[in-house]
Amino acid sequence: MIEVSGLVKTFGSFTALDGVSFSVGEREILGFLGPNGAGKSTTMNIMTGYLSSNAGSVKIDGVDMAEEPGRAKKLIGFLPEQPPLYADMKVDEYLNFVYELKGCTLSRAAHLEEICRVCRLSEVRGRLIKNLSKGYRQRVGIAQALVGNPKVLIFDEPTVGLDPKQIIEVRNLIRTLGRTHTVILSTHILSEARAVCDRIVIINEGRVLADERTDSISRTLNENTRYGLKICGPQKEVAEALRAVPGVLRAEITGERERDSFAYRIECENGYDTRKNVFFAMAEKGYAIVGMEEEGLSLEDVFIKLTETSEKDKKKGGGAKK
Amino acid sequence: MIAIYKREMRAYFTTPIAYVLTAVFSAVAGILFCICTLQMQTSDSSAYFQFLMYVYIVIIALLTMKSFSEEKRARTEQLLLTSPVSLTGMVMAKFLAAFTLFMGTLVLTVPFFAVLSMYSDPNWAKIIGCTVGIILIGSCFIAVGLFMSSLTENQLAAAVSTIAVLCGLVMTSVLNSVIDFYPVRAVLSWVSIYSRFANFTYGIFDIPAAVYYISVCAVFIFLTVRVYEKRRYA
Repeated sequence: MIEVSGLVKTFGSFTALDGVSFSVGEREILGFLGPNGAGKSTTMNIMTGYLSSNAGSVKIDGVDMAEEPGRAKKLIGFLPEQPPLYADMKVDEYLNFVYELKGCTLSRAAHLEEICRVCRLSEVRGRLIKNLSKGYRQRVGIAQALVGNPKVLIFDEPTVGLDPKQIIEVRNLIRTLGRTHTVILSTHILSEARAVCDRIVIINEGRVLADERTDSISRTLNENTRYGLKICGPQKEVAEALRAVPGVLRAEITGERERDSFAYRIECENGYDTRKNVFFAMAEKGYAIVGMEEEGLSLEDVFIKLTETSEKDKKKGGGAKK
Repeated sequence: MIAIYKREMRAYFTTPIAYVLTAVFSAVAGILFCICTLQMQTSDSSAYFQFLMYVYIVIIALLTMKSFSEEKRARTEQLLLTSPVSLTGMVMAKFLAAFTLFMGTLVLTVPFFAVLSMYSDPNWAKIIGCTVGIILIGSCFIAVGLFMSSLTENQLAAAVSTIAVLCGLVMTSVLNSVIDFYPVRAVLSWVSIYSRFANFTYGIFDIPAAVYYISVCAVFIFLTVRVYEKRRYA
């Protein structure tokens, strides 16, 4: 549905995007992850035709944004980081304006009614946008993106500044929309991408660091299996005993304390299930295990790891050049 | 394009801008009309139209100051620029909205001439000529105002810079009379908006002047479109 290839964007001497390429399939929710200033918004702005690129192309459903911007823009619903709302308009007036702006041909009343129902705006349709809460404004922003029923929805940091309840609501809404639309969602909150997206593209300093399915991205980089344990007994001795268990590469005290148990983290050889060994070793010493769970590499870890790897590669490249 | 035009018109009338500007304009134009025609006991209104040009410098600067700067400040331009409307369409919609309001203010002055015709026999050719001239000059002013508004997100800066540029364009005729060096005078005379208005005040439809005003208008609309195009490629 979306083909982004080799996007390069420079602002003066600063390179914001350096060969960004990825593709998104139909009815897929893609998370666009990266720290602030990574190039997420620039990529999205190029994808929506707001900015042009120095090189590369964006194709929406086979339509090139640079060659046929009018046609390509009709296929996209875009929610920028700051929703583009006219504060002096009522919600209904605003949605009608967007309807006309996009040159929609769908039945106006039924279409806007449906959008308001999906975004749960029906009860505020007659209210001025400037009097709405941040959460409602965000929903109006999402509603304007839905006008015209575009195939592709692009949301730039849609949950920024919302309270936890509103965040959950917006995430649920995006998940619902993902069933019928292709959605691209940018965020710097890693847990958000994991909660909502089917696939994640990680970007840093204008380069794509990873492009994989959400569930496999942590597995790909996870060399060793990690377990979190809660064991009753003297801290140091328990840690020593854990280190002595066959298959355990590393054991550390994480410092959390719960009544008479302490928390530990052990790292085991990849593919080697050492849980039974740990159980019997602890039982032999009389230390009761009160909790044990596998800890997959979190997306936070993945992100830091990928960023470090990229920086190391860069340094190596720089050294080689010298 | 129609959607943006409608939205602009709506914005003028849901905020006090249109009401305040038309009220102030009517008052100032009324006073000017009284001074230039009724008090002078003449039916020749060309002096009134010449003063009206200066009034429009301020009125149009205030009318156009928020056209693009406010969109930029509120980031609503992102909606317009990512919608399937062309840049020219967007600029033209805003131009036409400002032009409609400008024409509205001009229509408000029609009763003045009805009053004048009650006490004298005015030269309608002159009045129509001046009106056409003012419409053309107003269009230029609007195009300049939109251009200045597209350069900044500060409405006040847009208004002040519009007034400065328009004063510069109008005042070139004043400079023309104090400069002896012919090539400079020739250029200033060519640029001057004011000097080209003269024929309209005689009731003559000056085609070269009309072409000049339309060209200035088109150039500034084009420059406004270029500002947005350039920003895309920034």
